[in-house]
Amino acid sequence: MDIQLKRGLLEVCVLAAIKDADSYGYQIIKDMKPYVEISESTLYPILRRLEAAELLTVRSIEHSGRLRKYYHITPAGLERIEAFREEWKEILRIYQFITREETDHG
Amino acid sequence: MDKQTFLTSLREQLHGLPQSDIDKSLEYYSEMIDDRIEDGVSEEEAVAAMETSEEIAQQILLDMPLTKVVKAKARPTRPLAVWEIILLIVGSPVWVPLLFAFVLTFFAIYLTIWIMIAALYAVNLAFVLCGVAAWVQSGIALFTGINLQVPFYIGVGLISLGVGVLLFFAFNALSVRLVSLSRQFVLWAKKRFVRG
Repeated sequence: MDIQLKRGLLEVCVLAAIKDADSYGYQIIKDMKPYVEISESTLYPILRRLEAAELLTVRSIEHSGRLRKYYHITPAGLERIEAFREEWKEILRIYQFITREETDHG
Repeated sequence: MDKQTFLTSLREQLHGLPQSDIDKSLEYYSEMIDDRIEDGVSEEEAVAAMETSEEIAQQILLDMPLTKVVKAKARPTRPLAVWEIILLIVGSPVWVPLLFAFVLTFFAIYLTIWIMIAALYAVNLAFVLCGVAAWVQSGIALFTGINLQVPFYIGVGLISLGVGVLLFFAFNALSVRLVSLSRQFVLWAKKRFVRG
């Protein structure tokens, strides 16, 4: 898949993974796994970017004697997901057009 | 490899970056390994699931803007002593032009790579235009009655367009290489800056 496209998609995927409840790095990877494989080193810059863009916030919570970072989605992050859904409707229309052309020609 | 060895190696790989960035990524990978261990794998396996520290460092470096890398390196780790400030000022006729030259060289090389790509497509465009022009000329030859020239110019046009089409694919492949070369060059420059 196109790198830029995948990068944008993964950002929304990560936001979606923390949409309903705060989550931490390893849990995000596990939750995404059935849909898209993502490695630790791919997730890391995405989290940093989302944090810098204030689409999510980070807080450290103690967990069995060590600190674990939990990621919390911000209202702007939720808006980003909503914007993605709108964008995707448009892409789906384009997709339908493309596949329709294919079937028409054989 | 155990967790500590991995983290130490990663710290060495990231040496030269802003301390806060190093701390953050070490915390992140430490947490990842701990969480994997908690999930039921051994420490060795948890570390093996990570990419190598070299790959991780490379990715972090690629993702960091060049300006940030430069700033991190330029920022002194402690306040400058008076004699150091004096030395900086006195030495400025030497180091300012040098720095300037380094920066310009960097951008010159970067620009060269992209101009090469532009040049490739210019050559390609020239072949296509040459083909079109030859066909136009064959039309002119037909109207002016120099009939022998007509097939000649049609032939020249076909060859030229054919070469143009072939080169287009070759140049596309070459451009992809050049773009990746320019990225490698930026990464190389960042590494020089961080380690140098």
